[in-house]
Amino acid sequence: MRKKKLTAGELIFQIMIYTLFGLFTLSCIYPFYYLFINTISSNDLSAAGDIKFYPRQIHFDNYSKVLRISGLGHAATVSVYRTVVGTLLTVGSSAFLGYLFTKKEMWGRSIWYRSVVVTMYFSAGLIPWYITMHNLHLTNNYLAYILPTIITPFNIILVKTFVEAIPPSLEESASMDGAGYMRVFWSIIVPLTTPILATITIFSAVNQWNSFIDTAFLMTDTKYFTLQFLLWRYLNESSSLAALIRNSPDMAASVANMQTPTSVRMTVTMIVVLPILIVYPFFQRFFVKGIMIGAVKG
Amino acid sequence: MGVPAGELLPSVDPVHRSRWKMKNKHKLFFMAFPFLVVTFIFYYLPISGWIYAFYDFIPGIPLSDTPYVGLKWFKTIVSNPTQTAEVLRVLKNTLAMSSLGLITSIFPVIFAIMLTEIKSGWYRKLVQTLTTIPNFISWILVYALAFSLFSVDNGVITHILVQLGVVDEGYNFLASSSNIWVTMIVWYWWKSLGWGAILYLAAIAGIDQELYEAVEVDGASRFRKIWHITIPGLIPTFFVLLLLSIGNLVNNGMEQYFAFQNAMNKDSIEVLDLYVYNIAFANNFPFATAVSMLKSVVSVILLFAANTLSKMVRDESII
Repeated sequence: MRKKKLTAGELIFQIMIYTLFGLFTLSCIYPFYYLFINTISSNDLSAAGDIKFYPRQIHFDNYSKVLRISGLGHAATVSVYRTVVGTLLTVGSSAFLGYLFTKKEMWGRSIWYRSVVVTMYFSAGLIPWYITMHNLHLTNNYLAYILPTIITPFNIILVKTFVEAIPPSLEESASMDGAGYMRVFWSIIVPLTTPILATITIFSAVNQWNSFIDTAFLMTDTKYFTLQFLLWRYLNESSSLAALIRNSPDMAASVANMQTPTSVRMTVTMIVVLPILIVYPFFQRFFVKGIMIGAVKG
Repeated sequence: MGVPAGELLPSVDPVHRSRWKMKNKHKLFFMAFPFLVVTFIFYYLPISGWIYAFYDFIPGIPLSDTPYVGLKWFKTIVSNPTQTAEVLRVLKNTLAMSSLGLITSIFPVIFAIMLTEIKSGWYRKLVQTLTTIPNFISWILVYALAFSLFSVDNGVITHILVQLGVVDEGYNFLASSSNIWVTMIVWYWWKSLGWGAILYLAAIAGIDQELYEAVEVDGASRFRKIWHITIPGLIPTFFVLLLLSIGNLVNNGMEQYFAFQNAMNKDSIEVLDLYVYNIAFANNFPFATAVSMLKSVVSVILLFAANTLSKMVRDESII
């Protein structure tokens, strides 16, 4: 059966889908590659648009110069900090609350669960949100990055559905042996929900890393700026930034390799993208499994 | 409470069980309580800010010192012709882009079906891995990439298109207002197609293989297998996602449009959320609040409509 010869029609169909997917995959990956080869090639060639498919006159000046821009290192620390702490808290609380919501005996369970889920659909709006955050003294405050993410309805739905798919007899036998809710959560639920927790981890880490609007609104003090926010600013101000790099005495560039606005912009972009590109492959295998069980049943 | 324990659990020791349940009923609630407080603070408390829509609020002056104006700001939406035109323009953009999104939400289904048709395992894996990457970068970064590829001076795509004679020298894709809706939906799918297909790939993997074998015996062609088994298997998932997105029709976020907006394309790119942001930045707080209030009301109505529809069609509620 398997070895059946392909008909002409099927052959054309196969060639067609291979080509289509090939093209789309290329379009997804080429921009990143393009950025990378441009940041490590001679800035003159890059500015002339001569670097298209492979790097030429490779150098890493752009990175060493851009990384020394004051504030960038600090912004990176802020980004890493909010990603690590925010993700841990989000995953922990999503797992715990999602588990609690599977307990039918909880007082008012369906009301609480629904009131958490509907928040996916409405928001008070920008101004009321800003005023609330301001009144809670969460402007220019690290906690503003961490606290609001604790409740992420989508994650809670994922965990709840996943836990409901676990055979109840496992939990029952543990509670017969005298295990309380906490004990069951740690010893049974957490180990069994690893795929979904890994999925939530990458979701929430990527969200934290990519968040940008909250900084734009809530933070005026530069010490709370994140990489993402600086990137946005540099996209708008990269000419002055390039001038700054060129003119600072300790960074005197060789004349042949002046930092241009484009090279600075590309380098900063690359620095913000890289962590995601590096971490991504390690988590990719969890997605299908985690998403499948969690989301379809909603 | 209220129901006799024996009726709930006709087990060996009903009295003991019911006491255990009673104790845990509140214990569980107290365990969840801190999280419910957080939900209240960050999702429900801000709603009290809707009160600003009824005052002539100016940032910096306390609310108690500002005059109460009732429905003034809501009335301006309908009574002031320029304002009405503005809101209609923004509404048109919002609905246009949301509907384009709804119409094209069939893309991930097609993507998933075609991907499973690929025979080579490594190629399938490679495509799946690489096409999900764009989903994980922010819109600011997408814009940064778009800028590098399409900028007039040194964007590589612009260069190639000029060399091929498709566009004139100096055509500025990013600053053009024409086709911006289509451009936005293309970027949207560039970012989310591979990711969106994951759900359907999972659903296809969950289809009973025996069904395929059964029709194979009957001599069904590849196309017939897709038509009679794969597609019916995907319809429930498709429906759930479609209904969920109906609730978000006016709620299409702002990050994408914020990243891509500029003076040239602003008229056609401004969606409701971005509009609220822009008028808020022009310091018109009460009007911005009024608009976002209406938006939330419409969202909730749409959500309940979709929910009713879901109950009717699939006998299953989504919230």
